[in-house]
Amino acid sequence: MLRQSISFQLNPDSGVPAYLQLAQQVKQAIRMGILDVGDKLPTVKEVVAEVAINPNTVMKAYWQLEHEGLVEGHQGVGTFVSRRPSGPPPDTQARLARRLERWVQSARSEGLNDESIEAMLRATLSGSRVERTA
Amino acid sequence: MNVRDVLAIHTTGLGKRYGSSWALQDFSASVPRGHVTALVGPNGVGKTTLLKLLVGLCAPSAGEAEVLGRVPQQSEEFLASIGYLAQDVPLYKQLSADDHLEIGARLNRDWDATAARARLAALRIPTNRPVATLSGGQRAQVGLSLVLAKRPQLLLLDEPMAALDPLARREFLASLTAAVADEGLSVVVSSHLLHDLERVCDHLILLAASRTQLCGDIDEVLAEHRTLVGPRRAVNEIEPRLTVVKATQTPRQTRLLVRVDGPVLDPSWEVTEVGLEDIVLAYMEQDEELANGQLVEIGHAQ
Repeated sequence: MLRQSISFQLNPDSGVPAYLQLAQQVKQAIRMGILDVGDKLPTVKEVVAEVAINPNTVMKAYWQLEHEGLVEGHQGVGTFVSRRPSGPPPDTQARLARRLERWVQSARSEGLNDESIEAMLRATLSGSRVERTA
Repeated sequence: MNVRDVLAIHTTGLGKRYGSSWALQDFSASVPRGHVTALVGPNGVGKTTLLKLLVGLCAPSAGEAEVLGRVPQQSEEFLASIGYLAQDVPLYKQLSADDHLEIGARLNRDWDATAARARLAALRIPTNRPVATLSGGQRAQVGLSLVLAKRPQLLLLDEPMAALDPLARREFLASLTAAVADEGLSVVVSSHLLHDLERVCDHLILLAASRTQLCGDIDEVLAEHRTLVGPRRAVNEIEPRLTVVKATQTPRQTRLLVRVDGPVLDPSWEVTEVGLEDIVLAYMEQDEELANGQLVEIGHAQ
């Protein structure tokens, strides 16, 4: 078992730069309550030893999170979670995720395939964005 | 700051000739310190020759090289700061990792056997058995631990993963990147395994036709290349700001891989980003075509 607080995984085919994938995984861990304010992120060495990537990629991910005000780096000590990303608390997220899951199940049972579901979700998201800015 | 302090490698017009044929020609590149550089290119393009020149194992026939601010030479002082792992990890097959570490301690002034033993112990690699009895992945790890025991500032690795299975490759890269994170050393690694290199390296040297074709930060290389797809048109009708690396023509469609120095303005092109592997392959193909005197022209329009 790994001793560090969270583990990472990279998808090289996703088209999302590796440093953004790492930053997103940290954010997701904070949103889900796996990491809390004051918790230490894995060290650069721990991350590269786990996922075999360039150390600068990890530093870039941590700088990005620092820039967003979510973590603070302390020279020689480590990087710590300093704030939760904006958005509802973990239990609200979990509740919404369960409702979405039920919705996806019913959409599939009505004969919608995943491609149509994704298209519908994108259209709904962009539609509501238009309304908000209008 | 002095340029010598920030550059790991600096070469101008570097070349090596064996008899009448050039193994490497007109190689000019600069690699800043603290980077992990991928050295890629087709077989026989001079990657191994370049690494040998950089470590001072052979003398250049043309041009010059500076490595960590010094001219490469087989002197104790120069070699103390360089770790070089030749192709196929040359180890004494009948000797154990412990034996190698002992020999290393006698041959090197600054030798960190403790760290090497700790690394091998963490990987559960037996250090008392002849290295011939170890797996290819374990031998590569022993080789890496030995060059790291020198505490080098620059590590030159020639195809270190060629014989390894995917799991052993990942473990080798994890050991390598952990060492980079720890020591902040510079690394040049030659390999054909672009997929592995892409996640580990942040710098690229692409050798083709015995000349450098690309040398730079991988993020910048990615930002400078795009795929353009649109209705067929002749390559000479394309904006001069775009350098065509690869053109694929059908009677109806033109697909280009281009190097750009800004946004593509022509709206009739569908512009998409392109991955490192496709960029490297496009340059290597271009090279082959130049060598064969051909042009890519699929489905000639009459």
